[in-house]
Amino acid sequence: MPDQRQRLLIRGARIVDPANSVDGVGDLLVENGVVAAVGKASADASDGAEIIDGKGLVAAPGFVDLHTHLREPGSAGSETVLSGTRAAVNGGYTSVCAMPNTDPPIDSPERVAYQKLLAERAGYARVFPIAAITVGRAGEALVEMSSCAAEGAVAFSDDGLSVPAAKMLSTAFTYARVTGLAIIEHCEDATLSGSGVVHRGVISNALGLAGIPPSAEDVIVVRDAIIARETGGRLHVAHVSTAGTVEILKWAKGAGVSITAEVTPHHLVLDDSGIGSFHTSFKVKPPLRSREHVEALRAGLLDGTIDCIATDHAPHRVEDKELEFDYAPFGVTAIETAFAVLNTELVVTGLMTLPKLIDLMAARPARLLNLPVGTLSVGAPADIALIDPDAEWLVDGDELLSAGKNCPFEGWKVRGSITHVLVGGKLRKQDGCVA
Amino acid sequence: MVKAVKWLEKHLFGLEHLSADAITAVLDLADEYRPIALNPSTTTGTLKGKAVLNLFLEPSTRTATSFAVAAQRCGANVISFSAESSSARKGETLIDTARNVEAMGIDVVVIRHSAAGAPQMLAKTTKCSVINAGDGRHEHPTQGLLDILTIRQAKGRIAGLKVAIVGDIANSRVARSNLWGLKRLGAEVTFIGPPTMLSKTFEKCGARVLYDFDEAIGEFDVINMLRIQLERQTDALIPSLREYSKLYSLTDERLARTKPDCLVMHPGPINRGVELPSTVADGPKSVIIPQVSNGVAVRMAVLTLTSRVRDQEPK
Repeated sequence: MPDQRQRLLIRGARIVDPANSVDGVGDLLVENGVVAAVGKASADASDGAEIIDGKGLVAAPGFVDLHTHLREPGSAGSETVLSGTRAAVNGGYTSVCAMPNTDPPIDSPERVAYQKLLAERAGYARVFPIAAITVGRAGEALVEMSSCAAEGAVAFSDDGLSVPAAKMLSTAFTYARVTGLAIIEHCEDATLSGSGVVHRGVISNALGLAGIPPSAEDVIVVRDAIIARETGGRLHVAHVSTAGTVEILKWAKGAGVSITAEVTPHHLVLDDSGIGSFHTSFKVKPPLRSREHVEALRAGLLDGTIDCIATDHAPHRVEDKELEFDYAPFGVTAIETAFAVLNTELVVTGLMTLPKLIDLMAARPARLLNLPVGTLSVGAPADIALIDPDAEWLVDGDELLSAGKNCPFEGWKVRGSITHVLVGGKLRKQDGCVA
Repeated sequence: MVKAVKWLEKHLFGLEHLSADAITAVLDLADEYRPIALNPSTTTGTLKGKAVLNLFLEPSTRTATSFAVAAQRCGANVISFSAESSSARKGETLIDTARNVEAMGIDVVVIRHSAAGAPQMLAKTTKCSVINAGDGRHEHPTQGLLDILTIRQAKGRIAGLKVAIVGDIANSRVARSNLWGLKRLGAEVTFIGPPTMLSKTFEKCGARVLYDFDEAIGEFDVINMLRIQLERQTDALIPSLREYSKLYSLTDERLARTKPDCLVMHPGPINRGVELPSTVADGPKSVIIPQVSNGVAVRMAVLTLTSRVRDQEPK
């Protein structure tokens, strides 16, 4: 009887699977959408299988982003689930957790289900919806957390805002225990950030732009950690940007708080010194900070105080970003450049190994939210990125698949390109092109 | 006839990145233009046949007027356009404005805008020379230049002078432009004001920072008093104007403790009795009126030098 199974064999790649401490040259067999074998493929494994020559390439679990803005429903001009998940695949991401600050926000089980449906229709990266913490992200009433979880929500966040009232946050942490899911907080005290548009420091002073002090982040991280400790809640801190937060995370982890944190590629790589051009691609929240903060974030990531990398991919329409610096919206397009930029800045420079970077971009984020991805274990979904670690390319906004061209790495020469991407065993990117 | 000068800028965005030579070139030419600036029947002819657009998107009377007079004294046609730029951005964007300006055959745009960086943005999308007439809290380069020119005329030099700038430094584009320009020419700049309006971080920009006006008042060769924005008290940075005046007003009593030849300056418009009393504003140490006439001469020099660079560009 002929073998009807759909098979694909990646031959002779360097297989890097941090979840299983695997790093070695071998073959990777995919069958029916799952990883079937890792190592030396038997002679008959290739029978009828599609073969990809993996020589010189790295086979890694597809990256997992805990912080993506897909903008749909509501702002289709800046991104859609389709364009955003295609952009994700282009950057090697096979799973994205979609932030709920859409219009309307994802704050009910019906809306969670709707977003899952849009993702299925799009058929590129997997989408794990994050539901809002409070109805309308207004900070006043809890969403139906259990029902949202039942429809597929993987965490809760009012991203873009902190839950303003400490009492409300305390209730949310306590109630969220019925779901076992994490609360992801965007930590920002709105009274301290005020009308600020950049990091408060030498640069903001020189340019006369209103500054956002580091304390705007730090005080909320402290507040949230203390409430998480008291309630036994599970806290994940979004887009850490300050040295102060790194210190607080150290303390909180030592004190047994159930707390984890992510950092973005742009906060790991860029400081605020480029803002003198007034280019709005550098306008982001939290703001790009001064060099000492960048160094503290890198140290925190290397020593495990910060748990993973997340992109905070925040596309905007050109029309919206082509405004005076004060008036343009916050956010950068980040998901397609994340790996190459970090590979160039952290791996090529010798700060960390490639397997470590892959761990921080795939295995660890998946584990933080208990997502069934981020690994090449036999039986796991065949979500795979093939990487040419030495290929150099030039970042050009016009070539990005995201509808948002607001990329702060425009014009950068970077190293490391994603050649192939499989999602559930299906080839979504092949020879550098997203299907 | 314009002398050979070390000026290479098609635009003037600010003084932060100008060389000492470039600043000196403007000051020298402004000195030369002073008689023409003061005489309506004369013109330099340096902008003959050119169109200058005064694009004032934030309320201003004196700077707009000064630029209009300067452009006329250079022989240019002046078109004035003022409107309230609003953060709501309901009207056309600045980029569209720029494209329209270009289509109308304008050579120089003088722009006043409430957002920092707006002149740079405008320059990216037009072929005009762009002159910053004040962008948010960022820079007000022609004010900085006219202040420096006024000091140079009175003192004969800038290098080695001690200049105090007093007031709401954080919100002041005048303070920033003065700092960069004066530092570049070798003066020592001290910022004085309440801590909520003056971050210690300014020390890293090269300024000395003092919170006590009286501490070093006898050291200064120049004291430049900034206008307190009476209309901008929303941030609650000071408890009251009464207390502010007590701490930071240049009173007759304080003036008596300054150097005998200390200059008193103010970019205007003055809140008489708040930053300084009339006795000081109109007193013998005040150079506030010469500042105004120098404003026209400096702007003539800036318009002339930038236009010349633009004319030399390949078409």
